[in-house]
Amino acid sequence: MTVKDQLLNIEDLKVYFPITTRGVFRQETGYVRAVDGVSFTINEGETLGLVGESGSGKTTIGRAILRALDITDGKMTFNLDGEIIDLSGIKGKELRNFRQHMQLIFQDPYSSLNPRMTVRDIIAEPLVANKLVPSKDVDRMVQETAKLCKLNIEHLRRFPHAFSGGQRQRICIARALVSHPKFVVCDESVSALDVSIQAEILNLLMDLQEELGLTYLFIAHDLSVVAHISDRVAVMYVGQFLEFASIEELFTKPKHPYTEALLSAIPEVDPDVEMKPVSLQGEIPNPANPPSGCRFHTRCLYAEDKCRLEVPVWREIEPEHFVACHFADELVLRGVEQSQ
Amino acid sequence: MTPNRNIMTEQYNKQHVLAVKKLGVAFKTDEGIVRGVNDVSFKVPKGKTLGIVGESGSGKTVASQAIMQLLPKNGSIDEASEITLERNGLSINITSLKADSKEMRSIRGGSISMIFQEPMASFSPVYTIGNQMEEVILFHRDVSKEKAREIALDMLDRVGIANPSVRLEQYPFELSGGMRQRAMIAMALATEPLLLIADEPTTALDVTIQAQILELMRQLQDDLHMSIIFITHDLGVIAQIAHEVVVMYLGQVMEWGTTREIIKESAHPYTKSLLSAIPKLDLLHDRLIPISGDIPSPLARPPGCPFHTRCPEFIPEKCEIADPEETKLSETHYVSCFLYEEEDQNDG
Repeated sequence: MTVKDQLLNIEDLKVYFPITTRGVFRQETGYVRAVDGVSFTINEGETLGLVGESGSGKTTIGRAILRALDITDGKMTFNLDGEIIDLSGIKGKELRNFRQHMQLIFQDPYSSLNPRMTVRDIIAEPLVANKLVPSKDVDRMVQETAKLCKLNIEHLRRFPHAFSGGQRQRICIARALVSHPKFVVCDESVSALDVSIQAEILNLLMDLQEELGLTYLFIAHDLSVVAHISDRVAVMYVGQFLEFASIEELFTKPKHPYTEALLSAIPEVDPDVEMKPVSLQGEIPNPANPPSGCRFHTRCLYAEDKCRLEVPVWREIEPEHFVACHFADELVLRGVEQSQ
Repeated sequence: MTPNRNIMTEQYNKQHVLAVKKLGVAFKTDEGIVRGVNDVSFKVPKGKTLGIVGESGSGKTVASQAIMQLLPKNGSIDEASEITLERNGLSINITSLKADSKEMRSIRGGSISMIFQEPMASFSPVYTIGNQMEEVILFHRDVSKEKAREIALDMLDRVGIANPSVRLEQYPFELSGGMRQRAMIAMALATEPLLLIADEPTTALDVTIQAQILELMRQLQDDLHMSIIFITHDLGVIAQIAHEVVVMYLGQVMEWGTTREIIKESAHPYTKSLLSAIPKLDLLHDRLIPISGDIPSPLARPPGCPFHTRCPEFIPEKCEIADPEETKLSETHYVSCFLYEEEDQNDG
């Protein structure tokens, strides 16, 4: 991979949600540490995949970058054509104006479209709501984007109920792209779709990326989908990153036991390849009360005393391959076999 | 038994627990009659897993609801349909039973159990796990209350739930997602069913938990010698758990065969298209080949072969006119496609 410009730089991002008591006083009794100290960069034009079990904080990271929720601590900067913008600092009108550069595509194309708006109005919404362009230009831009997303322009006056799942997701994509964003968060954007439709939407997302130079943060729990679309992947667990590397590195040479377990649990579409999942004991811990030391030690096959006591350092074990595990150097882990 | 296009060898006939023949289900809706399932036939081998794959609208869930006689009120099974359960050496025709008859109630949850995608929906939130399990056991098995509790404890232990005696006293909401799915399996198996119908049981779970549940189901099948119908849209899961596979599209069976035949020697263009549409781990950045077009609405079923509107091997003036008959490719492999019709081999 060539070195590209950094689009986003996230440093020590923390998002805590307070747990309050019931009643009038609503005392804070603790925090759910949804994202707890995560640092990474996203390069311009790449797709960064984010994987992890439910409750690991994937969606929270996406929303935090979009400033759809308030962050507790950390620094986020956005490189807007050379101008470095402090994402964590901007607010009010400035933030509102900035939103056109970052968009979100949701999971469920059935519940994320207003049934009482026409497709044209849905796609135009970001332009109108943020007063981005004079109203005479809105129709032109909507049509351009709709064409780009392979929607039939004749259908723009219809309502969402007239469309199938795949077409609805294309409407969602068009809505996200109409303001010409640089960065798009795809939060499980193909998970709700049927297999035959999913392939089409993945292809469309990849084509649009090439044509428009988009940068994606691709959040999904399906590792084969993430592997297909991403350049680099981050593996998340209870609010922290455990491993971060290029897709080839991570899938063929995983360095963290959790990544190994995730990869081994993917059912292969081949009756001759027997699935030998690394069995993880127990379940994902509560992010309000994460385990001491390495957060994965309660379920790790290779855990030793050190793992319980010391927090592993986030380090670059090989160029561009980051991992947080005490024994990453010693462990021999099983990845996915590549047949080429 | 009348000769049927799905007939297999005599020997094979004795080895199935459930046979579905020409199943058709119609739903009355405000917009007209919807055929949820059309002329579907399959057999569930004894002690083995039959996978049913299909996308939304393929009728895979409707077929299982018909077997359990759990169809919504507006749905009805065709007169000509037959669902035969082999129990204690007797053949019972389920379609001839009334949904609330004593015999049907002994089958539903007794001889045939079912687990669902959303475990929270199968448990009542206001009774403890133990309460609900005991109720099922007492209804279907002739045992004392103490014995029922023992069975419940043993089942929870078998499905890998730690501290089963504590869990028995807990309410469903106190369990995590994976635990709840295990508890649901324990409840479904506590009546020692001949057949377990699993409708997308792992779809809502994380991959690591999914792997555990699949492993568990495989192990329980070995221990209890039950048959399983495993309904899913995930071909990876099918490849790992099913012995035989039925591929459905718009309420019809496109192809059925052993898992190896379906995945390695798939014959129907739909099965082939499905397989090439899923991302594979060993071919990372290859472009996927999507299936063109959308799944037609069940209200506007295309005439002829239901897949012809999207089929890459569409034969004009044939596929859109007639529905292809089932063709036998091997003792265990059947496909419904004109490409394989014997008299038209030169076309293929």
